[in-house]
Amino acid sequence: MRPSGRSGPRSRANVDGWKGLTRNICIDKNAKVTHHGDNNGCIFIVELRVSSPLPTERPNQRPEMADLSDEAILDAYKAMKLIRRFEERAEESYMRGFIHGTMHLSIGQEASAVGVVSALEKTDTLTSTHRGHGHSIAKGADPARMFAEFFGKQTGYCGGRGGSMHIADVEAGNLGANGIVGGGLPIAVGAALSAKMRKSGQVCVCFFGDGASNEGAFHEALNMASIWALPVVFVCENNKYGMSMDIARSSAVPDIAKRAVAYAMPGIEVDGNDFAAVRAVAQTAIARARSGEGPSLIECKTYRIRGHSKSDRNLYRTKEEIEEWRGRCPIDRLREEVIGLGRLSAERFAAIDTVVEDEIEAAIEFAKASPDPDPARLTEDVYA
Amino acid sequence: MLEKPGNETIDFRELTYAEAIREAMTQAMEADPTVFTLGEDIGTYGGAFGVTGDLIHRFGAERVIDTPIAELGIAGAAVGAALTGMKPVLELQFSDFITLATEQIVNQAAKIRFMFGGKASVPLVVRMPAGSGTGAAAQHSQSLEAWFGHIPGLKVVQPSTPHDAKGLLLAAIDDPNPVLIFEHKLLYKTKGLVPVDAYRVPIGKAIVRRPGKDVTIVGSSIMAIRAQAAAERLATEGIDAEVIDLRSVRPMDTETIFASVRKTSRLLIVYEGVKTLGVGAEISAAVAESDAFDYLDAPIVRLGGQEVPLPYNPVLEKAAVPQEDDIVNAARRLVRDGRA
Repeated sequence: MRPSGRSGPRSRANVDGWKGLTRNICIDKNAKVTHHGDNNGCIFIVELRVSSPLPTERPNQRPEMADLSDEAILDAYKAMKLIRRFEERAEESYMRGFIHGTMHLSIGQEASAVGVVSALEKTDTLTSTHRGHGHSIAKGADPARMFAEFFGKQTGYCGGRGGSMHIADVEAGNLGANGIVGGGLPIAVGAALSAKMRKSGQVCVCFFGDGASNEGAFHEALNMASIWALPVVFVCENNKYGMSMDIARSSAVPDIAKRAVAYAMPGIEVDGNDFAAVRAVAQTAIARARSGEGPSLIECKTYRIRGHSKSDRNLYRTKEEIEEWRGRCPIDRLREEVIGLGRLSAERFAAIDTVVEDEIEAAIEFAKASPDPDPARLTEDVYA
Repeated sequence: MLEKPGNETIDFRELTYAEAIREAMTQAMEADPTVFTLGEDIGTYGGAFGVTGDLIHRFGAERVIDTPIAELGIAGAAVGAALTGMKPVLELQFSDFITLATEQIVNQAAKIRFMFGGKASVPLVVRMPAGSGTGAAAQHSQSLEAWFGHIPGLKVVQPSTPHDAKGLLLAAIDDPNPVLIFEHKLLYKTKGLVPVDAYRVPIGKAIVRRPGKDVTIVGSSIMAIRAQAAAERLATEGIDAEVIDLRSVRPMDTETIFASVRKTSRLLIVYEGVKTLGVGAEISAAVAESDAFDYLDAPIVRLGGQEVPLPYNPVLEKAAVPQEDDIVNAARRLVRDGRA
């Protein structure tokens, strides 16, 4: 529903760290979903679907924020904080020798995971990436079972068989992280095809990175999703680097959203460190998918604060760049904006921090105390 | 009509291998709304080898899905659909094109169940025309079953008869695991008796096509057919060959092979794939590691594809893979001279 006669402020998702690559997008409250060419290639106009309470109650707030209930804000803050602390404690556990394999941390990218997944229904599905801890937590995964998996324990999501890169909970709609860059793209198309054939009403969100956008799977998946008008939303978490390779060097067109034109689907570029903005564009794209209008491509411009994996010495980027992005922390931004608007007190957020701290501590204790898998059962579960 | 134990009768009639596959698809799709098929030119065109035929008219374009030429993408779409409650049967136009889809088959379909701790399954079937003999040359004639037989999590079958083509496909569709079916292009038009009703040929079970006492000849797909023809010729020379149709490469029914070797004491393995590191190497090693080894009176002989890409010229093409004469000659030498 949309309030009539209201001409709300236009909000601009402006990612100014992307000099030379940056484009602004407009989110116009009263526009239909369209996309068409301009001198720069294309522009995107996106209809925002407004949820309650009515934004007219919050006339001084940007529409994406005005649309959010206090409860939604606190839920999102908690989820992002849970991801952040999960990642930090995972890193610490690795340093202490509790984690045997590698892992890829998503610190700094929490808003894209939570912004998109919070716009999904519980029954919807997602495919994730090698940097997928945040997606799992946003989808409701239990941090205790995730830590247990990282520690290789029987109580982990995969019984210690998968580790960090293969967390999945198919029953809960998490179709799995993926160790193969771009591996989840065609799988998401299949999940959406399945949803359409079963008339389940489910939408599948497909997370992938800027690196995956140069895999052939990207092209095959987006083309198929579009010709069959499948209920899938492609979410590119463009964190500027595929391992060490800068998007400016790896991609002829470094704005991934522009590629949507080639697949006749809306392409929306959004500040991936702005929870409210990500959620707003995700809601639109998900609603479009669910109504049978087909897929969309969302590009979240974001940044991973940590290296690619534990072997990364950050030789390909500057300390200044990392520090600059640290200043755009999506969690701090949400909290400070909301406190600044006078909507919620600092104490409310601090109370969540305490809850998160306790939950993570208990999760690690659970993982430590859990048993290792039995080698006698090694060959189980190869076949159903 | 044939009598089964208990005086039931089974209605049979003659079908081609391609018709038998289509009948299996029809029966599976009629019985289960989650079964569907996708692939390149399988709709109105009816499939490059005519296997899907009129399925699109029976079941509509929503369950007989023409796809773009995008083997990686369509394999992944099949994996995603299988993971979420559907039973896709993916046709790859030539088995050679599985090289383009291997990421999804090997890294995803085969491993998802294990990686996810046994809490998911991928009931995917991939049907593919394989093998040489049609002048399709190096990129459309390979036999790649050994590649995929090497991957835990996959099942790999190679039907040789219309009966098995139908029964193995129905078993594959029932199976909760990814199953690859390598169909042989030269067999599509061959005829055989096929039961009218739906039935299953168990995956992982070989069958003795011809009992014999002098030498065991193991092969699958068209090599099982050639081995049977060779055995009839050998019989006129007084050599009594036992022919085993392997049917499944993975899981492999080594017990049937061991039992035969204990009886005949000689083993000839025939396969179209390249000899080195092929299916025959696995069978040979399995026998060598088993108690059947003690029964051998002569070295195991492998008759495999030559170490060469498949050539175009028909004379060269025939020379590149075992033919009936090659099997007769190899079996005769093995029985008479005790050597390859």
